[in-house]
Amino acid sequence: MMVAQTQRPDRAASTPQLVVKDLRKQFDLTRSVAGRLLGHQQYLKAIDGLDIEIARGTTFSLVGESGCGKSTVARCIVGIYKPTSGQVLFDGVDIAQMRGRKVMLPVRRRMQMIFQDPYASLNPRWRVSQIIAEPIRTHGLLPDRQAVQKRVDELLVQVGLAPGDGRKYPHEFSGGQRQRISIARALASSPDLIVCDEPTSALDVSVQAQILNLLRDLQEELGLTYLLISHNLAVVAHMSTRLGVMYLGRLVETGDSQLLFGQPLHPYTRMLLSAVPDVGGAAVKRVAIAGDVPNPISPPSGCSFHPRCPFVQDKCRMVPPVPSMVQGRLVACHVLAEHGELPA
Amino acid sequence: MMQEAAAHKTASEAAPLLDVRDMTVQFFSRHGTLTALDNVSFAIRPGEVLGIVGESGAGKSLTGASIVGLLPDSGRVTAGEIRLGEQRIDNLDRTRMRRIRGREIGLIFQDPQTSLNPLLTVGKQLVQTITSHLDMSAAAARQRGIELLRDVGIPAPERRIDSYPHQFSGGMRQRVVIALALCADPRLVIADEPTTALDVSIQAQVLALLQDLVRKRGLAIMLITHDMGVIAEVADRIAVMYAGRIVEIGPVRQVIDSPSHPYTAGLMSAIPKLGDRARRLVQIDGNMPRLDAVPSGCAFNPRCPRVMDICRVERPQLRPARAGHAACHLYPALPQAET
Repeated sequence: MMVAQTQRPDRAASTPQLVVKDLRKQFDLTRSVAGRLLGHQQYLKAIDGLDIEIARGTTFSLVGESGCGKSTVARCIVGIYKPTSGQVLFDGVDIAQMRGRKVMLPVRRRMQMIFQDPYASLNPRWRVSQIIAEPIRTHGLLPDRQAVQKRVDELLVQVGLAPGDGRKYPHEFSGGQRQRISIARALASSPDLIVCDEPTSALDVSVQAQILNLLRDLQEELGLTYLLISHNLAVVAHMSTRLGVMYLGRLVETGDSQLLFGQPLHPYTRMLLSAVPDVGGAAVKRVAIAGDVPNPISPPSGCSFHPRCPFVQDKCRMVPPVPSMVQGRLVACHVLAEHGELPA
Repeated sequence: MMQEAAAHKTASEAAPLLDVRDMTVQFFSRHGTLTALDNVSFAIRPGEVLGIVGESGAGKSLTGASIVGLLPDSGRVTAGEIRLGEQRIDNLDRTRMRRIRGREIGLIFQDPQTSLNPLLTVGKQLVQTITSHLDMSAAAARQRGIELLRDVGIPAPERRIDSYPHQFSGGMRQRVVIALALCADPRLVIADEPTTALDVSIQAQVLALLQDLVRKRGLAIMLITHDMGVIAEVADRIAVMYAGRIVEIGPVRQVIDSPSHPYTAGLMSAIPKLGDRARRLVQIDGNMPRLDAVPSGCAFNPRCPRVMDICRVERPQLRPARAGHAACHLYPALPQAET
C-alpha cells in the first residue's frame, strides 16, 4: 500500500480508472453491549469478496435485486462507508483505508456521486447556484466569486438548464430538472468518475430518457467514467459497457454488457433477465422463477443461489463457487465451471 | 362460486362490466377549481385486463379512486357517469358505495406494507373482510380465507393464516393483499401499481398470478401502472393518459408497436429496451403541465413534434385511429394515413 501511495499514479489510458479487489463490508448487528461481551455477535455480510475493474471513459453497471449489496458497494467506493477489508484502487492508489479529510480531499474532487432521490439530495434552503458552487469552493478550484459564478452558469447550460435558474431554489424545479442540478453539482469539481446510484428510478420515463441521454452526452464530451447502480435492467442495458450481476453480496456474472444481455449464462442472470417485463414483446424464453431472495443475515451455505437454482448439485450446497472464465465472461457457478454450459 | 373461464375468450363482444362515460373530476379549494380528470371514457369487459398508463400526475390513480368513491373530500365527480353492469355507481351514498367496494370491486394498492393492518393476523383481516361482505360464519370465513391464500399461491395456508403481515416477505405480502381483494369474489379488481414496490423476479410471480386469476375466475382487472413493460405483459387493451385525459386507447400490441398519438409514440421510444445500447433515446422535451396550467386545445401541444394550428385552439376528441382511438387532430384529417 505504501508503495502504491508513493508512486505517482500512472495516468496512462491503460490503467483502469477504478479497481476494486476482494472488497468486503460487514455490518455489526449485535443489539446489546452484553451480547457483544458474551460474544453473541451477529454480522450482515453486505459485500462478501467483490472484484471490479472499470476502464476510463466506460460505464460499469451493478445490477441485482433489493438487498444484494449494490448500493453498499457504491458507498464503499466513494468513502461513505469504510470497507471491512479489500482494496479500492482509484487511478492505482488504494483509497479504501485512507482516513482524514485532508488525505481524502483530492480524491473526493475526482470522484462524485449522483443519488436516487433528487428531492432529498439537494439542500432546500440553498439557491441552485450555491448548491452547484459548493464543490468548487470546498476544493478551492477557482480564485474569485466571478469566476465561480461563470463556471456555475456554464455548468447549468451544460446540463440543459438556463444560467438564470441559478437564482432559484430546488423546490421550483421538477424531478427531472432537480436531477440535472445534481448532475451539474457532480460535474462542478471536474471529476473523472461519477457513481450514479439509481439516477432515474424516481423519474418518469420521458424524463428518464432526457437524463440518460444527458449522462451519455456528458460521458462522450468529458470522457467520464461511470459506475451505475440500478435495478432497472433496460436502463442498464442501454447505458453499460460492462456489467456485474450481484446476488447476496457477491458477483455471480461479470462481463461485456451486450454479451451478458444477449447470452446470459449464470442461472440467476437468466432468471433476472427473463423476469423483466419487456415492451418489445419478443417472446423471451421464460425461465421458471421460484422463491425469494434469502435473508442476508443467514445466507444459504455454498452457492447462495442454490435454494432457487434449477440446476443445483451437491457441491453447490457446500462449497461457494469462485468466479471463473466461461465463454468470455466471469461466472461464479460450479455447474458452468465444470461443463461450460448449463444442462438443457 | 368461481365464474367460468369461458367469458374470457369472448371478452370483446361481451357487454361492458364497467362503463365510464365522460367522467370529469374537479377539486374545489380557496384558490379555485382544478379539473383533474377531463372527460374520461372507457369500458372494461368481463375477463379483460385494461391497462391505464401515464406519467406521474396524469390522473391514473385518480381515475381508479373516482370509480370506487375514494376521492378526497375536496374532489367530486362533476360530470359523466360510471356504470358497473346495469347499476349506476357514481351517485351512490357512502354506505351503498362501501357495499360495492370490496363486494363488487376489489382493490389492490401499491404498497403491501401499508394496505395491511400490522396489528392483526392475516386470518383476522381475511375473516373480517369476508364476513362484512358475505353472509358467513366466522369458521366458514376462515376456511374460505385458507382457500383464498392457497389460490394466490401461499404455501401451507392453514399455518400461514395465523401469521402477522410482517412475517411475510414483500412478494408474499402482496399475495395476501390480492387474497383480501378477492374475499367477496368481486367481478372487477382495480390494481394500482400492484408490483411497483417489488423486485423484478417477485414482480414476475405476482403478474403471473394476476393473469392466472383472470383466466380462472373470469375476473376483469383495471391495471394502473407507469411501467409499460408490465402493461405489455398483462393487459389486453391499454389507455394512455396525459394531463387528466385519455389520449389513446386500443389493443395493447397495436398501441405499443404502432402508436397513433404523438405522445404515446414519444413515450414508447423513450423507454430503453433490452439489448439496444447504440440507439439514443427519443426524448420528449419539457414536462407534463400542472393541473392549474393545462394549455388550451390539446394539452400535449407545447411538447408535440407534429403540432398544428388547430391543436392550440381546439381540444381533440377520442376518434377512431387505426385499430384503436386517439384524441389527436392528426386523425380526422388523415384517417389511417402513414404507417
